Amino acid sequence: MNAPATRRARSSSTAVRRPGDILFNGASLGSAVLILLILAGVAFFLVMEAVPALTAPAEEISGGEGFFAYVWPLVFGTVVASVIAMLLGTPVAIGIALFVSHYAPRRLGNGIGFVIDLLAAVPSVVFGMWGMAVFAPRLGPLYEWLSQNLGWIPIFGDASATGRTLMTASIVLAVMILPIITSVSREVFLQTPRLHEEAALALGATKWEMIRTAVLPFGMPGVIGGTMLGLGRALGETMAVAIILAPGVFSWNFIGAGNATIPAEIALNFPEAAGLRLSELIAAGLVLFVITLAVNLFARWIVDRRAEFSGAN
Amino acid sequence: MSKRIDVKDLDIYYGDFHAVKGVSMTIEPRSVTAFIGPSGCGKSTFLRTLNRMHEVIPGARVEGEVLIDGQNLYGKGVDPVDVRRQVGMVFQRPNPFPTMSIKENVLAGVRLNARRISSSAADELTERALRGANLWNEVKDRLDKPGSGLSGGQQQRLCIARAIAIQPEVILMDEPCSALDPISTLAIEDLINDLKSDYTVVIVTHNMQQAARVSDKTGFFNLKATGQPGQLVEFDTTQTIFNNPSQKATEDYISGRFG
Amino acid sequence: MSIQTQTPQTPQGDVQRSRLEDVEGVVLSRVRPTTGRPALLLALGALVLAVVLRLGLDMHVALALVLSFVGYLGAVYAVYRHLGGPRVAVDQVLRALVYFAFVCAIVPLASLLWTVVAQGAGRAFDPSFLNQTMNGVTGLHDQDYAEGVGPFVGGAYHAIVGTLIITGLATLISVPIGLFTAIYLVEYGGRNPLSRWIRFFVDVMTGIPSIVAGLFAFALFVQLFGPRDAKMGIAGAIALSVLMIPTVVRNSEEMLRIVPNELREASLALGVPQWRTIAKVVLPTAASGLASGITLAIARVIGETAPLLVAIGYARGLSLNAFEGPMNTLAVYAYYMFTKPLSPAVREPSLERAWAAALLLVLIVVALNLLARLIAKMFAPKTGR
Repeated sequence: MNAPATRRARSSSTAVRRPGDILFNGASLGSAVLILLILAGVAFFLVMEAVPALTAPAEEISGGEGFFAYVWPLVFGTVVASVIAMLLGTPVAIGIALFVSHYAPRRLGNGIGFVIDLLAAVPSVVFGMWGMAVFAPRLGPLYEWLSQNLGWIPIFGDASATGRTLMTASIVLAVMILPIITSVSREVFLQTPRLHEEAALALGATKWEMIRTAVLPFGMPGVIGGTMLGLGRALGETMAVAIILAPGVFSWNFIGAGNATIPAEIALNFPEAAGLRLSELIAAGLVLFVITLAVNLFARWIVDRRAEFSGAN
Repeated sequence: MSKRIDVKDLDIYYGDFHAVKGVSMTIEPRSVTAFIGPSGCGKSTFLRTLNRMHEVIPGARVEGEVLIDGQNLYGKGVDPVDVRRQVGMVFQRPNPFPTMSIKENVLAGVRLNARRISSSAADELTERALRGANLWNEVKDRLDKPGSGLSGGQQQRLCIARAIAIQPEVILMDEPCSALDPISTLAIEDLINDLKSDYTVVIVTHNMQQAARVSDKTGFFNLKATGQPGQLVEFDTTQTIFNNPSQKATEDYISGRFG
Repeated sequence: MSIQTQTPQTPQGDVQRSRLEDVEGVVLSRVRPTTGRPALLLALGALVLAVVLRLGLDMHVALALVLSFVGYLGAVYAVYRHLGGPRVAVDQVLRALVYFAFVCAIVPLASLLWTVVAQGAGRAFDPSFLNQTMNGVTGLHDQDYAEGVGPFVGGAYHAIVGTLIITGLATLISVPIGLFTAIYLVEYGGRNPLSRWIRFFVDVMTGIPSIVAGLFAFALFVQLFGPRDAKMGIAGAIALSVLMIPTVVRNSEEMLRIVPNELREASLALGVPQWRTIAKVVLPTAASGLASGITLAIARVIGETAPLLVAIGYARGLSLNAFEGPMNTLAVYAYYMFTKPLSPAVREPSLERAWAAALLLVLIVVALNLLARLIAKMFAPKTGR
């Protein structure tokens, strides 16, 4: 990884600056800086439109108890749904990625890899429609069973007959982020240097031991990155939740009616909103932005912390 | 502890492709055996069949027998995982595990094969293997640093340490110096010479001088034409192969009159 | 060769040759050979168990499957521990988990695809659906159609056109910015502070929820045009660009990084200027990856609903002008038809439209992916890999 540095040294020591070089360098630099400007713009305009809601007197906000009281149940619903989705989705995704990269025959693996790439691109509105039409009704009886047999666990309260619950939304979110995490993980698993795999095998490793020794450590930063990408997508996922979840007030019962998430709240109310309500929703969006930002920074920190031992030879 | 290897009529196939044909030889314990020959002649492939590493490639199979002290590697009750514990391997390019420290790298194989290791045994095995690989003095102060921070030659010796840490019967080396500079190469060659007193060493090399320097016996592999299977042309003491080969093809190759 | 004998004597005395199992403090775990047959038999048994639980005890499908799988894992561990030892048992259990994960994922995903095709195929290729807009179509038409008095009217023509225009604009904005940023990061920036910051902010941007991107575009256009005229096609394109740029940068950066440094150095060593090295060596080498990355980015945003819901509003008729008034896209169209049927009493025709739009959207995504593959194949360097 020190090659780029040598390259830079080489180019800066070049006496003649060719027009092509200047143009290319300029366009590259310009684009890079533009990205910073766009991001600054996102923050700036959101804050500007959110300020009225943040400064308005408490009784004018929906619910009448101020912005914080309005937004925290939404934050709770958003985080819970995403975390459940991540917990359900990640192990399965890693499993599929390993299946495709190391267990299935090469051709089958490639085929499945392609299908998974396709599914990563299936629009969320389609997932939402499927979840609502096919998945939620099937889960109704399961919730009934959970409520009857595991009802002492707070999250399994009275069951919703329609299945339009936070749990259903979470499971659909899990299915949605599955292809994303799988796709990223498969990519890094396939990139595991052959040499390292063979080194492990030559030491007398079984297949799983080889994966544990060579593949997983090599792929871990990528897998974490993919997981966080998935979590980020789940946090911000709007349509699936907006379609599936019958929104309601905060509740610990995840298999009954109740709860809502920030993005769904925005999507459901934005088209008819005006004035302060608009500002309220944009402020909620800002909160969502801050949450995803925090998740991202956390992911980055984890990946960086492992960087010392992940350097390529 | 080191063992004799008997190869009887071994044919190697990749799918329909006949890669190596009819190899028979006996490799003596506590000796260094070198395989030389032009690229693509199947010498590396053959080497890999000595610890069943060729099975990593889908469709690879062999016919014939490889006996280590009378036990057939390809017998019914033999698991490749167990074979590889007894027959260690060092690869063309140094391949320490990048996420592991030097010490963890040395112990990687031991940890795989042991249900439990006490920390004193771990320390002892690390030191012993690193000393055995002539690397101890260079790394003893930085055992917890990543193995990828070492120089190429040191990394390759680290890989040898990793291979000998599990106390194999045989060590296979697949062009272990091809990615190294001359000084590191010399260090490895010295090491091979030392290893001979404890292990059966089999080495594939592109470098004929290297074969002449380190080996007791040499096998010359060749193929009649592209698309034809590789064959063991001649197998004899290194002395004989380099000074008085019985085959014309060997003589041509040795004297550089090849192709 | 005399050097060899002169090298300092290695600490031969310290190297005690012994077997690993003889070292004190080491307990070896040997592996005995096994076959896959017991696992297969057990899997059959587990399947039978699942069927019995489902049909015999009338258990929920999910429960029956989970229970029999847990039973299967236990049995596999026990059997293989006996046959091959603990290491083989763990290996087999993990294998079972990996295969199970695969099945777990395939079922819902297959169900999804099947549902979309089964529900959407009836209407999606109907010329009247493809050629008509929703202009003037009301719930009454749907009721007539349901009663068999009227024809099926109302389609997604405007939404298809809107999708193409808005996604096209977003691509035009994102690809140059994203690609050049990636070139900057890999070829020029290296590890300087600016590129570290850019990489950081691209990461931040990747995490922007799609609806927030929509809110941003809306807020921006409210500032520019006032709240009443803020909703227009280009606002949607900008919202999509915010989502697309980081994807393009990340995918492209990764692909450019894979290009071996040896190639760049070989080209530079021949005296080729750096920009030509990038244009003629680096980019062509990475072309397949870049194409697939960009296409995937397009495929991802083409189905975005939330930001467009916020930024472009909802148009019933055809609008070709991205700079004035609401537009429509397939995703938004599907959402509205699905959740807000024209006639609450007769939902069927609206649902048909929704599924048809969903199917078209999925087909577009598939087509884009296939296209990416094709491009990748055509430009791929002619090597074995």
